Amino acid sequence: METMNVQEHWQNMALDQVPLALAGHEVPWVREARLAAFERFAARGFPTRRDEAWKYTDLSILAKRASFAPDNIPPDAPSEAALNAWMLSRQNVHLMVFVNGHYSPELSYPRNLGPGVQLESLAGMLDENAQLPPELFDAVHEHTVLDALNTAFTTDGAVLRLAPGTRLKTPVYLLYIASGYGVSIYPRNIILAGEGAEATVIEHYMGTLDAHNFTDAVTQLELASGVTIDHCKLVQEGSAAFHIAGVHARQKAGSRFVSHSFALGGKLVRNDITSSLDGPDCDCRMNGLYLLNGRQQADHHTCIDHQAPRGTSRECYRGVLDGASRGVFDGKVIVRPGAEKTDAHQSNRNLLLSRQAEVDTKPQLEIYADEVKCTHGATVGQLDEDSLFYMQSRGIDAETARSLLVYGFLNDVIERVPVSELRSRIVDMVLDRLPQGESIKELL
Amino acid sequence: MLSIRNLHASRDGKEILRGIDLDIQAGEVHAIMGPNGSGKSTLAQVIAGQPGYQITEGEVAYLGQDLMELSPEERAREGIFLGFQYPVEIPGVSIAMFLKTSLNAIRRQQGLPEVDAMEFLSLVREKMKLMQMNEAFLTRAVNEGFSGGEKKRNEVLQLAMLEPRLAILDETDSGLDIDALEVVANGINGLRSAGRAIVLVTHYQRLLNYIKPDVVHVLAQGRILKSGGPELALELEQRGYGWVEQESKAVAA
Repeated sequence: METMNVQEHWQNMALDQVPLALAGHEVPWVREARLAAFERFAARGFPTRRDEAWKYTDLSILAKRASFAPDNIPPDAPSEAALNAWMLSRQNVHLMVFVNGHYSPELSYPRNLGPGVQLESLAGMLDENAQLPPELFDAVHEHTVLDALNTAFTTDGAVLRLAPGTRLKTPVYLLYIASGYGVSIYPRNIILAGEGAEATVIEHYMGTLDAHNFTDAVTQLELASGVTIDHCKLVQEGSAAFHIAGVHARQKAGSRFVSHSFALGGKLVRNDITSSLDGPDCDCRMNGLYLLNGRQQADHHTCIDHQAPRGTSRECYRGVLDGASRGVFDGKVIVRPGAEKTDAHQSNRNLLLSRQAEVDTKPQLEIYADEVKCTHGATVGQLDEDSLFYMQSRGIDAETARSLLVYGFLNDVIERVPVSELRSRIVDMVLDRLPQGESIKELL
Repeated sequence: MLSIRNLHASRDGKEILRGIDLDIQAGEVHAIMGPNGSGKSTLAQVIAGQPGYQITEGEVAYLGQDLMELSPEERAREGIFLGFQYPVEIPGVSIAMFLKTSLNAIRRQQGLPEVDAMEFLSLVREKMKLMQMNEAFLTRAVNEGFSGGEKKRNEVLQLAMLEPRLAILDETDSGLDIDALEVVANGINGLRSAGRAIVLVTHYQRLLNYIKPDVVHVLAQGRILKSGGPELALELEQRGYGWVEQESKAVAA
């Protein structure tokens, strides 16, 4: 579609009016921000495979949807039993549940947050024009056109604010449930951490049906100096769902941002995870895994942008691909002029379990500063025959041996998750998908 | 227990074993010695079922069955154990997980009940003590970041846990300092029994100072050139392997 046609297309669908009915529509700056973001989206439309960043990920099927308007009808809440089967124990977390992009106070259990911690629904804050920095919705923070669409259409999300020095011991757990057929969901999360604050935030995206649901999520994290944030994202959408998301952090001096991304479900998962190390002495870690089968696809685009001296970054992504699945890893590390003594290491390793599975991996280092230590590496291979034989020579059948090797390969990433209950949940999800996984579970 | 007749094996079209004949009875300890590249490790790997080798001729009978019909895991469950010269690293899989899977697979085959977590722990603790291994090893990934000596101890720990009928130990002595060698040798000696055969594949006589073999074989150029008692090992230590090869050529001529 040509640019003009694209714009007309959205106008014909009356999508340009949608932002006027969403949270904060009575607040002038919110309306303006949404309308401007929609303009930016409409001017470009969905990316096509001609866009370098979307070369491997085809969204044409999405562009044909009847509507993208966010689902605005409160859906039926999932049953208590269904909820309990998926989620982490309420006792161990501050829980906020969102159903189809709307906060559900009935299902949530934020517990006692303690002084200096504010955890609220974004919709409520926008409606009340509570103090949120409007510039968070500026174009400068958009990394993809889907981020702009999210700004235009977001219905709700979590806002976590930590006063300087606050150490939140219990993780914040944000559970997003996609329920219904063909719904479009636009969560927006904002995490603002004051100097020296510490917290762990878990985003868990669950889909219950084989429905063509579409999630376009954005999470923004602002880390003041000395902050430590662990951000864990678990995508477990339904088998026909599209999940596209941005996770964007900005780091001030001496802060530490750790991102964990687990793509375990959905037809297509695309995560753009970025961090800008604006201050000196920052530490950034990005860990991720994708375990795919059938015709699933997971695409991770990451960018670690070293802007200041003495930054450290470590990136470790692993993929296991079976069936006719496809994995994409595009990891960029930029070392800007002035970011001396940067120490960056990046690795992406993939295991192909079938001949039809495919991986495109593209690690990229762009270095514009001196005195830096940067390494990267990517591998695509099969299970190691020597390891298989070693296990078989100990009486372990070939199928269990293969599953153990896959488990071990992925466990290296899972082990880095700081929440033990989440770690074991992810291990279970991985093992549920492997032959003889049940017998391996008994060993844990 | 094990009877090998005229065994020929090759890898990537290159013949490595050129007619091995070997008989091993329960209760015996055999040492297979020979120069580098003679085929010692190949013989050990072929018995364990390494799929990279092609058996082009000959037979191997183990407890009356055709061994070559069995998969590597079936061989292990029937009581064959190979201590690897180069133990393989398995990142992300702890020794505890690995050993428990292995032990229970073998116990199932033998019609024994599987061990639960408690039984496993007490058993493995006892064996680790024997091998002078720290219990912290249990949670470490198999062989990952282990020193040469730790890897070999780990092999003997597995041997002690699995209690095979036929243990083939491929250069389990290499890379060990004298203290570690003693620990490893004690571990192996503790497993000598009337129902079990042990084959030590080694380059040097050193290990045989600790574990006295019943029979010593010299393997060179893919054949067993000479067999004898423990004194043969000492002779090899003094004279090297050249004379055995000369002698065998003379006999052939």
